[in-house]
Amino acid sequence: MAKVRVLVAKPGLDGHDRGAKVVARALRDAGFEVIYTGLRQTPEQIAEAALQEDVNVVAMSILSGAHPHLFPKVVNLIREKGMDDVLIIGGGVIPETDIPALKEAGIAEVFTPGTPTGDIVDFIKANVK
Amino acid sequence: MDIVEELLKGNRLALSRAITAIENEYDEAMDIMKKLYPHTGHAFVLGITGPPGAGKSTLTDKLARAYRAQGKTVGIIAIDPTSPFTGGAILGDRIRMNGLTMDEGVFIRSMGTRGSLGGLSHKTADAVKAMDAFGKDIIFVETVGVGQSEVDIVKAADTTMVVLIPGMGDDIQAIKAGILEIGDVFTINKADHDGADKLVREMNMMLDLDGLMTDWRPPIQKVIASQNEGITETIENIEKHFKYISENGILTKRRTERSKNEMLDVLHSNIGSYITNKLVETGKMDEYVEQIKARETDPYTVVSNVMKDMLK
Repeated sequence: MAKVRVLVAKPGLDGHDRGAKVVARALRDAGFEVIYTGLRQTPEQIAEAALQEDVNVVAMSILSGAHPHLFPKVVNLIREKGMDDVLIIGGGVIPETDIPALKEAGIAEVFTPGTPTGDIVDFIKANVK
Repeated sequence: MDIVEELLKGNRLALSRAITAIENEYDEAMDIMKKLYPHTGHAFVLGITGPPGAGKSTLTDKLARAYRAQGKTVGIIAIDPTSPFTGGAILGDRIRMNGLTMDEGVFIRSMGTRGSLGGLSHKTADAVKAMDAFGKDIIFVETVGVGQSEVDIVKAADTTMVVLIPGMGDDIQAIKAGILEIGDVFTINKADHDGADKLVREMNMMLDLDGLMTDWRPPIQKVIASQNEGITETIENIEKHFKYISENGILTKRRTERSKNEMLDVLHSNIGSYITNKLVETGKMDEYVEQIKARETDPYTVVSNVMKDMLK
């Protein structure tokens, strides 16, 4: 029986993981297996953890403003490892104007503050491969 | 991608996909296991168990680094509980092992228990075999945080380490049956906390009273894993135990027992699902359930009849 596995990761240097934990908990309650890797991960660490855990989804949270650099980097590293079908989503304090470029870079959806956790669950259910 | 061929060549994504196939019981899983099996039997399997918050993951991280320094390759399977209500899980053991992620000689996989109650998941043993076939020298199996009776780890591991911490109860806890009986090696973590020496004394007393003890008296080592204290001594204890069981034929006996259990597990699960599927396909399942519910028959008679019919 297949189970959706999600890596919840905090790339970059900001130390705020309340949001990531709330999302991790909501995904757990939706029946997913959530691998939580904690704070201050490099893009390389996130991509390698995604490979070892064979996740279906990588969900990243950034509150520092480093998303234009870090999100696309994670996407590229994951694709380089041959994981073409992993759904990659992002969240955090992200200006609306940055979102089109992130989507262009391969982030399937961006969830900003105030998003009900149910929306994230629904998005994953609808788009996971 | 040919998973087996790529896995045997050392492709980490193939190993990862193989474990997924095993865990999710995909159709190809049985075939993968058949092909990997001849390549297994080389790894040393170390079980690490103990109560929640004892520091099993931190200790695993430190021990793995020490083995890496010896040039050995390491596989880690870390198990956390699956919710019985939603089927979801938070697998958080990697947080303590992030420093190992970029070491190509280490492969860490988190697993949810998915309904299993013995401290492992049903598929842990097969995931160990996949890592063994991949060529890992040492495979750590870290159980969920256990209470008193989750002792499945002894069936999966060559050496079992029980991690305890001070302040969990008085000496009556130490003479109860359960996880304290399965330790080949004991580690008292967080030994800088109050009560560590008292716990060592109580554990020693428990061992003094053990009438079934063989020549191997499980060593008790005080450790502060977060500060890397006591790690070298712990590795020595593990290696002494491995040497002891290798030289006394105990390892062979344990592995023979494991082979038997493996075969019986596959036998039970295959026969069980074969019969269940037949009952569902033929519609007999609902029929029997209704009859049992109405007390027209009983589960024992039904099963006797089903067995007579199907296993001729």
